Amino acid sequence: MTTVNLLAYRDPELFARLLRRIIPALEEQVQKLGRRVRIMEVCGTHTVSFSRTGVRQVLADFVELISGPGCPVCVTDQSDIDHMIAYAKRPGTVVATFGDMMQVPGSAASLRRQRAEGADVRVVYSPSQAVDLALENPQKQVVLLGVGFETTAPGVALSLKRAARDGVRNYFVYSVHKLTPPALKALVEDPDHRLDGFLLPGHVSAIIGRRGWTLLELLNQPAVIGGFEPLDLVVSVYRLVQEMKRPVRLVVNNYGRVVREDGNPAAQRLLEETFEAAPARWRGFGMLPQSGLEISETYRAFDARVALPVDRPVTKAVRGCRCGEVVKGKETPLQCRLFGTACTPERPLGPCMVSDEGTCSIYYQYERSHHRDRREEPHEDYALARGWRQPDA
Amino acid sequence: MRIMLSHGDGGSLTHELVAQVFRPVFGDELLEEQGDAAVVPSPSGHLAISTDSFVVQPLEFPGGDIGTLAVAGTVNDLAVSGAVPEYLSVAFVLEEGLEMALLRRIAASLARTAAAAGVRVVAGDTKVVERGKGDGIYVTTTGVGRVPEPGRLGFHRIQPGDHVVVSGGLAEHAVAVLCERAGIRFDPPLRSDCRPLNRMIQDLLAQFRGVRFLRDPTRGGVATTLKEVTLGTGLDIQIEEGRLPVRPEVGGALELLGMEPWYLANEGKVLIVVAPEEAGDVTAFLREYPGQELAAEIGRVSAGHGDLWLKTPYGGRRSLGMLSGAPLPRIC
Amino acid sequence: MCLAVPAKVLEVDPTRLRARVDYLGSQTVVGIALVGGVQTGQFVLVHVGEAVQVMDEEQARDGLALWREWLDDSEPAGLP
Ligand code: SF4
Repeated sequence: MTTVNLLAYRDPELFARLLRRIIPALEEQVQKLGRRVRIMEVCGTHTVSFSRTGVRQVLADFVELISGPGCPVCVTDQSDIDHMIAYAKRPGTVVATFGDMMQVPGSAASLRRQRAEGADVRVVYSPSQAVDLALENPQKQVVLLGVGFETTAPGVALSLKRAARDGVRNYFVYSVHKLTPPALKALVEDPDHRLDGFLLPGHVSAIIGRRGWTLLELLNQPAVIGGFEPLDLVVSVYRLVQEMKRPVRLVVNNYGRVVREDGNPAAQRLLEETFEAAPARWRGFGMLPQSGLEISETYRAFDARVALPVDRPVTKAVRGCRCGEVVKGKETPLQCRLFGTACTPERPLGPCMVSDEGTCSIYYQYERSHHRDRREEPHEDYALARGWRQPDA
Repeated sequence: MRIMLSHGDGGSLTHELVAQVFRPVFGDELLEEQGDAAVVPSPSGHLAISTDSFVVQPLEFPGGDIGTLAVAGTVNDLAVSGAVPEYLSVAFVLEEGLEMALLRRIAASLARTAAAAGVRVVAGDTKVVERGKGDGIYVTTTGVGRVPEPGRLGFHRIQPGDHVVVSGGLAEHAVAVLCERAGIRFDPPLRSDCRPLNRMIQDLLAQFRGVRFLRDPTRGGVATTLKEVTLGTGLDIQIEEGRLPVRPEVGGALELLGMEPWYLANEGKVLIVVAPEEAGDVTAFLREYPGQELAAEIGRVSAGHGDLWLKTPYGGRRSLGMLSGAPLPRIC
Repeated sequence: MCLAVPAKVLEVDPTRLRARVDYLGSQTVVGIALVGGVQTGQFVLVHVGEAVQVMDEEQARDGLALWREWLDDSEPAGLP
């Protein structure tokens, strides 16, 4: 049996050849538009891949990448974050969370801070570990913070099924899972959106399939489903630009090794069984119909909202935080007064600054040098000021 | 048997603990004297003193335990300062209820590691805290070493054009501990690289005059350590991602967990800034040592503004800051 | 939004719906309830400890081959 060389999609040489071939096409489009092509990479993992690999920088003269609503941390509403923190404060409760949520600031605290103050907050890697925690701590209530999109929800669904099958009575899920297509619909239908095309999330598409994006086709939006390796990134951008040139656009699947027309039907059935689509509140978007996953009737006993209610905390928005507009791609972080001054990755005020995939954090790390402006910290002179370096002669 | 509060009160149980657990494994004549202080012959010249406290969960992990770590950590801190470690003092804070067998294992591995490094454990102390007030075991070690050539190493010696070498694969300690802690089982387990490096470093310094600066990239990893260098010197360093040595299975685990090797702790690796003409030989030299097979030149120093750059294999480069917050496994 | 890696299935435990997989030399156990019928030797996409899709190896190879061909056809000879 031949095997796939998984690393072939990372081959720097092939990458360089492809890039050379692709750049003229990008240039052409830039000339036609009179500005850089604006592409929204919906998925936060794409955001991270573009940055990590340096492809963001390589394409920077031609493509403006705008991070979309695909970072679960960034789109989780402040009131939900406050709710999660309230669970951490609840006596006898163990909060199980993916590492991503630990630093996100709520109105008054973060999970990390809650833990420092004595709350039992555990970082898990998979939902099944949270069920294990419940079994190991029978006298406590274990609440899994169910954050994520179509890719993550099936794993959580399996944990619900396992808890039901094994009669685990102290396992609960606080579900704020979200569905991606409704958010994109809201974006595209906004008359002043300023996007030329969408790079669609490869791993969400693994579940919902190419067919899951029909609404973009109906709206004739250029869109490409792409993978996460460097070769995937450049080729997807190229195909997206090609698609823009067509009068009638189809959703292009450039991640055939993972994404099928129908996605993963078993996972879809499981989601239907364990969850119900419901209106959900997104940061920046507000309430979007049928865009969230609530735990279904059958599994209500495991729904933290129903079985383990906590007092609804008062949510205070961070004054001046533009995260809501930023996740919609309508504003850049540079338009936020707090960016780089009051709000930095070390002391994030809004969720867009917390995770590596948040637009503000990305801007802080990569884009600041492109826009050296008054907010730029004079770090050049850090060593000079401290006398570690002599002024250049 | 388990540790009780009275094991730490200085009375008969304390004596019993020393006699049964510590003395058999340490057994240094200076410890045997049981004085209030160890009196040791003093080398003339300069001394280096380093102290560090160790709190790690789990206490035992693949490739080591808190005992190995407590020796390696302090011994390596001395060694990278250009010192030859000679003596160690060890203080244990034990939590009531700790299993005696576990303590025995850890004391033994601490003693074994010290012996292998050629360092004498000459002073010790034990206290016990109430159940729930500690994390099993905390260890503090203080090391004393001789400095043959004070001022030989340091920020002041680093010059534009110097090369940066790392002695082996990155992130091995962090991954071993993180996986244990996160309950993620790899098979075979990913092992910590925890080990004392003093002998290797002594050999290195004896052989290569062009070594300008050494540091063990522990917490915060290679990136944080190099960022300290760039800030401390006002120079720039650029490292190349494609040259960073990472064992494939460690790299695989890191991708699964969504973490970057340059921000993760090493406990048996050293970063070396060396004159360009010696960099190749230094790398080859290091590769002969156990655990350092992947030693590699990873980057260069240049004039600049105190920035650390990571060049990717795809043409871009990004600026790296210090690690902020503990690295956690991510799903995104 | 969803970090996932393609791991090779080494061994399937059909009763407990789990499989031992290898990703670049690190081996671990993942759930396979979402990818019924997965076989030893296949690659699966792993996210939060669950295999969420079986990889299409043919596509993986063809995808690359296609781009290589495209390059060979279009690159003027003599370029590195
Ligand atoms: S910079 Fe901070 S405060 Fe401003 S929008 Fe971003 S996250 Fe919010």
